Amino acid sequence: MSLAVALRHRFPGREIDIEFTAAGEGVTALFGPSGAGKSTVIAAVAGLLRPDRCRVDVDGRVLTDTAAGIWLPPERRRVGLVFQDARLFPHMSVTGNLRYGQRRARRSGARETIGFDEIVALLGIEPLLGRRPRGLSGGEKQRVAIGRALLAQPEILLMDEPLAGLDDARKADILPFLGRLKTALRLPVLYVTHAMDEVIRLADTLVLVEAGRVAAAGALNDILARGDLAPGLRDDAGSVLSMRVRDHDAARRLTRLETADLVVWVPLLGVLPGTLVRVRVPAREVILSRGQPDGISVQNIVAGRVRKITEDAPRHAALVEVAVGGDILLARVTPDAVRRLGLVADGDVVAMFKSVGVEVVA
Amino acid sequence: MDFLTADEWEAVRLTLAVAVRAVGFGLPVAVVMAWLVVRGRFPGRGLLGMLLHLPLVLPPVVTGWLLLILFGVRGPIGGWLFHWFGIRLAFTTAGASLACGVMVFPIMVRGIRLSLEAVDRGLEQAARSLGAGRLDRFVTITLPLAAPGILVGAIVAFATSLGEFGAVITFAANIPGQTQTLPLAIYTALQSPGGEAQAARLCAVSIALAMVGLGVSEALGRRLDRAIGR
Repeated sequence: MSLAVALRHRFPGREIDIEFTAAGEGVTALFGPSGAGKSTVIAAVAGLLRPDRCRVDVDGRVLTDTAAGIWLPPERRRVGLVFQDARLFPHMSVTGNLRYGQRRARRSGARETIGFDEIVALLGIEPLLGRRPRGLSGGEKQRVAIGRALLAQPEILLMDEPLAGLDDARKADILPFLGRLKTALRLPVLYVTHAMDEVIRLADTLVLVEAGRVAAAGALNDILARGDLAPGLRDDAGSVLSMRVRDHDAARRLTRLETADLVVWVPLLGVLPGTLVRVRVPAREVILSRGQPDGISVQNIVAGRVRKITEDAPRHAALVEVAVGGDILLARVTPDAVRRLGLVADGDVVAMFKSVGVEVVA
Repeated sequence: MDFLTADEWEAVRLTLAVAVRAVGFGLPVAVVMAWLVVRGRFPGRGLLGMLLHLPLVLPPVVTGWLLLILFGVRGPIGGWLFHWFGIRLAFTTAGASLACGVMVFPIMVRGIRLSLEAVDRGLEQAARSLGAGRLDRFVTITLPLAAPGILVGAIVAFATSLGEFGAVITFAANIPGQTQTLPLAIYTALQSPGGEAQAARLCAVSIALAMVGLGVSEALGRRLDRAIGR
C-alpha cells in the first residue's frame, strides 16, 4: 500500500507546492498551522478541487494526473472522506446515512471488506442507529460520519481535522475509537490536523506542512526527534517511541517497557506484558550528564551518543539529539549546559528522564 | 348545498381542475428549470432566468395574446399539436390550464430556486465522495432537502392560479363550463344587471379557497421541515 501526492496550485495570494509519499498501511498525518495547505491536499486527493498541476497515486491507481489528462470524478475514486463538520444527511436516520455509501459501493461491484455490524461495533454506534443526526452530540455525529465513509469500502480514508470541532472531553471519547480502527482495518489513512496530541497518538508517518510547502516528511519519530524541526513544534518537541511492555514490578509499582535498544521504566500500567504502547518523552523532561550519576531519583538513565546539536536561539535553548542504538531521544537544555558539558556531535552522553515525566499516549 | 347554484359549483370545480393541472404539469418543468438556473454551467443561463420570470412582469393580457399566437390552431406550436395529435388548446379547459400554468410558473421557479440554493453544498460533496453521481445526488439529497420549499411554492402557485384572469380570458375566452373559472364568473356576474349577490357569493368562495391554500402550505411546510430533520 502506498500513497503518492504531488500538487501545485496557485490561490490568489498564495501558492501551494506539496509533494510527499507515504508507504505502507497506517496513518499519515499532515500537520501544520491553519492555512498551510493541508486541506487543499485532502480536497485534491478526494477530487473536490482541481489543482493547476497534480498527480495522486493510491497503490498504483492513478486518481489524478494533470500531465496525462487523467481526472477521476470524486464519486468514482473510492476515497472515504470525513469532514470537520460531520455532514450527515439530516433527512435520513443514522442507519440510512451508514448505508448510503455501502449501497452505492455494492452497486458498483466493489468487494465488501468492511461490514456493517463490524463498523457499528467498532465505533460503538449501535444505540444511535434509529436516530436522526439532529439529536446527536458532536462526537456521536463524527463517529457516524467515520462509519459512513468506511462502509463505502474506500481504498483510502481521508480525514480533514475530524476532531477540531470537538471539545477536549469529546475528543478524548473518540480518540480510542480511531486507535481501534487503525488496528482493526488495514486501511491507509491521510489525517489532517493542527493538534499535536492527535499526531502523537495516531500517526505513523508525519508530513510537516508550512506555508504551502512540505517542511519535512518521514516516520513519526524520525521527524519529532529532530532538533532542527523542534523550534516549530515548541513545547511539543520530544521523541515518541513505540515500545513493548516487558514486565511489571508490582513491589516498586513500575512497569518496564523496551525496544531493541532501550529500556524505559514508567509508573505501573494496567496492560499485559507483550502489549505495544506508544510513549512520549518530552524534550524538556530530558536531563543530560557526562557520566552516570549517583543517588538520584530519576529511574531512566541511558547512555548514548550525541547525534546533533541545534541551537534554538529565540528561546535561548539548545536541542540535543541523543542516539541510543536505533532510538533517538531529544533533550532541550541551555546553550550554557552544552558548553559546560563539552557536548559535541558523536560524543558520549548520558540521558536521564523521570518515570513520571514519560507520557504513555496509547 | 344551496349556497351556490349548480352553475356556480361548476365554476368552482373547473377552477380547481384548472389549477391542479396548471401546477401538476408545471411543477416538474419548474424544478428542472430552477435546477438549470441554480446549478447549470452554460451560456445564456442569465437569459433563461429572465425569460422564466417574464410572465411575472408582462401584462397578463400580453401573455394571453402571445399564447394565442404560439398555441392557436394556426400558431407554430398549436398548429403542430392540432395537426399531429388533434389537440386544441385555445378556447378549451386545457388552454385555461396552460394559461394559468404559464402565469404562475415564475412563482414556482422562484420558490424552488430559493430552496435549491439553500441546500448545503457540503452535503452534496459528501454524497459525491460516497459514490453518488449527479442525478443520484439530486434525487437523494438535493430534492428531499429542498422539498419543503418546493411544496410551499407549489401551493402558493396553486392559490395564485385560482385567481388568474387576464391571460385566461385572452387565450381561453370566457366559456361557462369550459373556461369560465371563478374570477371570470365573478367578472361576468358583475357585468350582468342584478348580479352583485352572485358575485359576492363567488368572492366569498375565492377568499375561502385562498385562505385554505395558505393555511395548508404553512402547516405542510412545517411538517416537512421536521421530516427532513431540520
